[in-house]
Amino acid sequence: MAKIEIDEIRCKGCGLCTLACPGKLLSLSEKINLQGYTPAAISFQEKCTGCALCAEMCPDVAITVFK
Amino acid sequence: MQQVFKRPISLKDVQTHFCPGCHHGTIHRLVAEAMDEFGVQGRTIGVASVGCSVFLYGYFDIDVVEAPHGRAAAVATGVKRARPDSFVFTYQGDGDLAAIGTAEIIHAANRGEDITVVFVNNTTYGMTGGQMAPTTLVGQKTSTSPYGRNQHKDGAPIRMAELLAQLEGVAFSARVAVNSPRNIIDAKRQFKKAFRYQVEGKGFSFIEALSACPTNWGMNALAANERVGTEMADYFRLGVFKNTDNL
Repeated sequence: MAKIEIDEIRCKGCGLCTLACPGKLLSLSEKINLQGYTPAAISFQEKCTGCALCAEMCPDVAITVFK
Repeated sequence: MQQVFKRPISLKDVQTHFCPGCHHGTIHRLVAEAMDEFGVQGRTIGVASVGCSVFLYGYFDIDVVEAPHGRAAAVATGVKRARPDSFVFTYQGDGDLAAIGTAEIIHAANRGEDITVVFVNNTTYGMTGGQMAPTTLVGQKTSTSPYGRNQHKDGAPIRMAELLAQLEGVAFSARVAVNSPRNIIDAKRQFKKAFRYQVEGKGFSFIEALSACPTNWGMNALAANERVGTEMADYFRLGVFKNTDNL
């Protein structure tokens, strides 16, 4: 069981994490955050393996990974 | 459940001013992780340059000196000689290090100063509005080369990592990219090697990181990220060009 937490306020919606996720679980959401960007969101949290590649890729260190 | 990925201690928990998709943030994190690895945060003095990297005093939890444009390597020389026990690194962009600061970096490297230089190459002047830099690729359009860089008029892009590797004083010279998880993991290894050279007092280490600049390239974050791995990595070959102690 693994879990990621995306800091929706920090996320700038660049989408680099969506490239990094081997399971393609991440995508940009429709809603707009305080900075005016569309933050990334995880679609199937239960499928996350906690590989942390999304967090490695995030330029804003907005992703925390638990495993 | 354990936390397996968290922000390095040396990196402050603040919002950066970087554009979405800019690789500066990733490179900042790798530098902070390398500092944490060697436990040098308390005795580190960073030397910031002019460019988008100018605000690093706000992002790293260390002491920072702000150098005049291009002169970071010269300032770092002074800092290291005055405080030999400190860990000194410079963080410079290509407009800073490869243009106005060419003399300073070449001579600091040639003297074999015991410092680490982090060089962020995004083939343009990021902060001042995307002008042509010495590292701009042939044919690349910038605000001062609107028809694309012309090799006959402007010369070919300078490969700093290879150039500095030829100097006797340089102990370590490498080029990395942070455009994919695989490259980031490799880059992390190289950053640690570069820092280790200074921690062990083995001389000048230089690490060049290829970086995307979506705003000034006129691309979105994903397209800019792809350009780093294709167009840029074709010309600026990734690898280790000098590693005198085989660390």
